[in-house]
Amino acid sequence: MNPEHKLYWLIGGVVALLIVASLIGRVLRLRVKDESGAAVVDNLIARVRAWWSMVAIFAAAFLLGKNATIAMFALVSFFALREFLTLTPTRIGDRRALSAAFFAMIPIQYLLIATNWYGLFTIFIPVYGFLLLPSVSALTQDTENFLERTAKIQWGVMIAIYCISHLPALLLLDIPGYSGQNPLLMFYLILVVQMSDVLQYVFGKLFGKTKIAPVVSPSKTVEGFVGGAASATLIGAAMWWITPFTPLQSAGMALIIVLMGFLGGLVLSAVKRSLGAKDWGAMIKGHGGVMDRMDSVSFAAPIFFHATRYFFT
Amino acid sequence: MWLSYILIGSVRALLGATPRWVGAQPAQTQRIYFANHTSHIDTVALWSALPPELRAKTRPVAAADYWGASALKRYIALKGLNAVLIDRHRTDPNADPLQPLYGVLERGDSIIIFPEGSRQDQLLPGPFKSGLYHLAERFPQVELIPVYLENLHRSMPKGTFIPIPLICTVRFGASLRRLDHEDKSAFLERARNAVIGLAQ
Repeated sequence: MNPEHKLYWLIGGVVALLIVASLIGRVLRLRVKDESGAAVVDNLIARVRAWWSMVAIFAAAFLLGKNATIAMFALVSFFALREFLTLTPTRIGDRRALSAAFFAMIPIQYLLIATNWYGLFTIFIPVYGFLLLPSVSALTQDTENFLERTAKIQWGVMIAIYCISHLPALLLLDIPGYSGQNPLLMFYLILVVQMSDVLQYVFGKLFGKTKIAPVVSPSKTVEGFVGGAASATLIGAAMWWITPFTPLQSAGMALIIVLMGFLGGLVLSAVKRSLGAKDWGAMIKGHGGVMDRMDSVSFAAPIFFHATRYFFT
Repeated sequence: MWLSYILIGSVRALLGATPRWVGAQPAQTQRIYFANHTSHIDTVALWSALPPELRAKTRPVAAADYWGASALKRYIALKGLNAVLIDRHRTDPNADPLQPLYGVLERGDSIIIFPEGSRQDQLLPGPFKSGLYHLAERFPQVELIPVYLENLHRSMPKGTFIPIPLICTVRFGASLRRLDHEDKSAFLERARNAVIGLAQ
């Protein structure tokens, strides 16, 4: 099977999965009678419906090729950063730094990926962004809460632009014997992270009792985490045929993705709560904002990128 | 009109301009939407938060001294936003500055006004000018809907020209009840408090 055929099969597989999920939603809707149960099922249906649109957008970008995929992730970064900064208190003195983040750093970071400039891609935000963003703000001479303001903007930029950009950056990797198949690796990462999120949610709803961190994230339970992480790792192992890994290596990589994804969800939930919000936004019905869907990805992508680069190139 | 779609599209892409119908529901009834005013984008943001079928029958009110100042602004205001221009500085002391609005309201269209008169550099609206009172007196059948535009003062405050992409919400409140024998200042204060109430 050539990579293009594999991609068609994968998209077909995801569509089949969504059809099953939609049918389950319908059946549950008919069977559940009490009010709180109905609310959960309605949210489930809204989530599945949103998944249809997200899968359609991703599939279209994948099929249109490298540049379309990179542009789509630039937009994801844009919306994620917009959500992050909407919840972050900023002052008029931050305007230049904010304009630079939105209108310069996002395009530059993604252009570096599009032009295969790996060396600058990895340091552009952590070095140049880190030093230049506060410089721009300092010139406005507004010193009130300067460190807090700067740190928050840096955080938003690191998560929403730098971390998320490591997903399309997988296209840059030159893996021996795997050339031309890098989009499959991106698919693999997204599939494992999102399946892990979904399965942790499902296991948590079915068997969840012991809360892991009730203050930060009341929905995370030990049972949900173990069940979801184990099954997502198995799914990752079973998908070895689209990766450059052996089945065992693929299980290890999936485990890394799952663990980092869990931490991402936890940390960003803590950030969200410290900013006084329950959801990052309302762009994706049933899920909340873009950041609510990308939180685990933003932690998993950079580590998966570096593990793959270190061990397989 | 293509320009309307460009204006609405760019405001949505940058600011979201998501409507929240807190107290009122979108309806075909004739309405005066009155909102706090902090940026040049307010008009487009409120206008694009309305469903298209209501937008077609809702005309923003804009200041002639600003939006009529150059051919380009005039074109954007009249063609892109279907605005009604009013003379807020009363260049002719004998003319009623609200005159252009009477015609619009008599025809059955809804309007969007910013009763503070000019943009404010603050979270909450300042004192309202009397225009809203006179319109309410003259057109008692028209619903008065308070609207709060959130975050626009952060995105593009007075004196700046490039909007920062932040999510801006447009909150529509419950229509203002009519009270008998209410004087002008009490009415205007109550209307202002209705907008403030939506700011949470």
